[in-house]
Amino acid sequence: MRLLLRNGRVVDPASGRDGRFDLLLEDGKVARIEERIAAPGVEAIDLAGLCVCPGFIDMHVHLREPGHEWKETIATGTRAAAAGGFTAVACMPNTDPPIDSRSVVEFVLAQARQHGVVAVHPIGCVSKGQKGSELAEMGDMAAAGARGFSDDGKPVASAGLMRRALEYARIFDLPVIDHCEEPTLVAGGVAHEGETATRLGLAGWPGVAEDVMVQRDILLADYTGGAVHVAHLSTGRAADLVRRGKASGVRVTCEVTPHHLALTDEAIASYDTNAKMNPPLREASDRDALLAAIADGTVDAIATDHAPHHADEKCVEFGRAPFGVVGLETAVPICLDRLLHAGVVGLPRIVDLLSVAPARILRLDRGTLRPGAAADVTVLDLDRTTVVDPARFASRSANTPFAGWTLRGAAVMTIVGGRIVHDAR
Amino acid sequence: MKLASPHLLGIEPLTASEIGLILDTAEGFAGIAAREIKKVPTLRGKTVVNFFIEPSTRTRSSFELAEKRLSADALNFSTSTSSLVKGETLLDTLRNLEAMSPDFIVIRHSEAGAPHFLARHGHTSIVNAGDGAHEHPTQALLDAFTIRRRKGRLAGLKVAIVGDILHSRVARSNLFLLRTMGADVVLCGPPTLLPRGLERLGARVSHRMDEAIEGADVVMMLRIQLERMQGGFFPTLREYASSYGLDASRLARAAADAIVMHPGPINRGVEIMGDVADGSASVILDQVKNGVAVRMAVLYLLAGGEREAAAPER
Repeated sequence: MRLLLRNGRVVDPASGRDGRFDLLLEDGKVARIEERIAAPGVEAIDLAGLCVCPGFIDMHVHLREPGHEWKETIATGTRAAAAGGFTAVACMPNTDPPIDSRSVVEFVLAQARQHGVVAVHPIGCVSKGQKGSELAEMGDMAAAGARGFSDDGKPVASAGLMRRALEYARIFDLPVIDHCEEPTLVAGGVAHEGETATRLGLAGWPGVAEDVMVQRDILLADYTGGAVHVAHLSTGRAADLVRRGKASGVRVTCEVTPHHLALTDEAIASYDTNAKMNPPLREASDRDALLAAIADGTVDAIATDHAPHHADEKCVEFGRAPFGVVGLETAVPICLDRLLHAGVVGLPRIVDLLSVAPARILRLDRGTLRPGAAADVTVLDLDRTTVVDPARFASRSANTPFAGWTLRGAAVMTIVGGRIVHDAR
Repeated sequence: MKLASPHLLGIEPLTASEIGLILDTAEGFAGIAAREIKKVPTLRGKTVVNFFIEPSTRTRSSFELAEKRLSADALNFSTSTSSLVKGETLLDTLRNLEAMSPDFIVIRHSEAGAPHFLARHGHTSIVNAGDGAHEHPTQALLDAFTIRRRKGRLAGLKVAIVGDILHSRVARSNLFLLRTMGADVVLCGPPTLLPRGLERLGARVSHRMDEAIEGADVVMMLRIQLERMQGGFFPTLREYASSYGLDASRLARAAADAIVMHPGPINRGVEIMGDVADGSASVILDQVKNGVAVRMAVLYLLAGGEREAAAPER
């Protein structure tokens, strides 16, 4: 199967390429990339005016299968990913049962083969049953295809367990992804501890609860030589700790969500449960520090923490609603509108955040359009203006804080392994 | 003049003139308790559901009495009798209540924002009778009414609110109201019970009680709950009482004509000593008495009443 993508602006930071090129995809790989390719008889798509990028990878999603299929399934979640411009996702293991053994990794991969629209890379649990006491069978899970380890949804609360996990994961050269939350400091908090939570009478989730864990993890990564990846980093202080950790040579990486870049805790002022997530939306100074950390390279990746919940589960009192928002179908428009068009970073850096870095962190052979690379491609229309309409999401859930937002820039075509899985040009 | 909203969800959205309207209207209702026939026909034919999902004796009784004195039909729907214990969601409970066509739902709930949830999803006038640690607007209104009757004004007064500010909806509603009306508010308690950002809400903050009540015109004590000690916010009730309890010698630091308030129920010997609670500065029982008139005024105004019509029999 061959496909010729013509006349697009190819943005491939891994090869330093940014310009108008033709791209020939063949047998699931990038066959050629040249200024002009003549390939008679090959299906050609004219992408003039559009940007051709290595496939975007969302390294932090919750596909909810097995166990919570009323929220999302591998079929609907990967359709949402394709619609949002992602060619691959890494799914977190807080399912029921959790992904803490080879058999569950294999189940997820089997479902993905059968029903998945984009590539699915399972993240295995750090601890058996996500209970935070004994290591899960990381080797067996890695052999089956797990691309990292995390107890996401929960932190690895025990420093001793985190140390062992970082040491042990070195065998497989895979990262331990931590949801950094010191539980005794969060203690039931549901909103960023600050003026807004005080005004609304909501229990505070202080930023320092994240900072303490980020610093702990950096120290442990330094001590063990393991690779730690901070999930959904949300505070300015934590960004600074990562910046310093990197400067001293520690193997620490981090991701930030689009919602923490686009919103502050003011979004909960009307007790909107679609703005309730963990970690919570922070104050403006944190948001600004995260934008600065995006610009200066401290932040490695943007990941959505796509966390679907049924409308009935969210339609309750604020304190009782589950944490989480969907993100797969709004991430690219948010990044293009709030980062590119707002002048925070250029397009190559956005591709780095959404493709190159996630591939590097999860040791995936992806994130570039060099000849020989996988034919995973995301095509962007930088000027396409869309209004976020949750009713049109491919995801099974619609819990977004961005309903009604008008955003400039969108993914208009998604190609996985040389096959077009989404086309909205 | 009327209130802008059909709901009373909190003090924070109210303007000074709306607060003044409620207090002035309450003056008109205050005399009813002294009459032979303690009832006016104002809300005859209206139905009020008192939907209390958190234990309350004082507030629920006060609302019920206010409703009865306005000739409204009151229906009490509380935790033990409510189907919420059976796992029904708040939304479904609201729909069931609204199927019975009430005119008002007075809600007490342990979760902040629950009244806002009802207002957003329903079509009945909602009165917040206390939502989590957020607001307790009728308490702040009856406190203001009590202060105004004693002091003749609110603007320029120095008010010290002492105790568990972190978990207190009374403190928040009073802060919003008193700041809107131009009073000077000091919030005092151990740093473990003072939430972040209070200064940005217009309060002065202190963790030394002697300093906080120096020259105060009003000293408002908050109930301390035993659970807070178990939650590690302070070591013992004994130590709390010695640092933040109001006794006669501390009260002497306040203005000579200072009044002492408490939303009740009081813990004698903990946040307030018995002699102070029973002393001449205490207006604690006036607060309870005034609560009925203030709640009558709120219901009357939310029903669309005009101030002029409120006090025909004054």
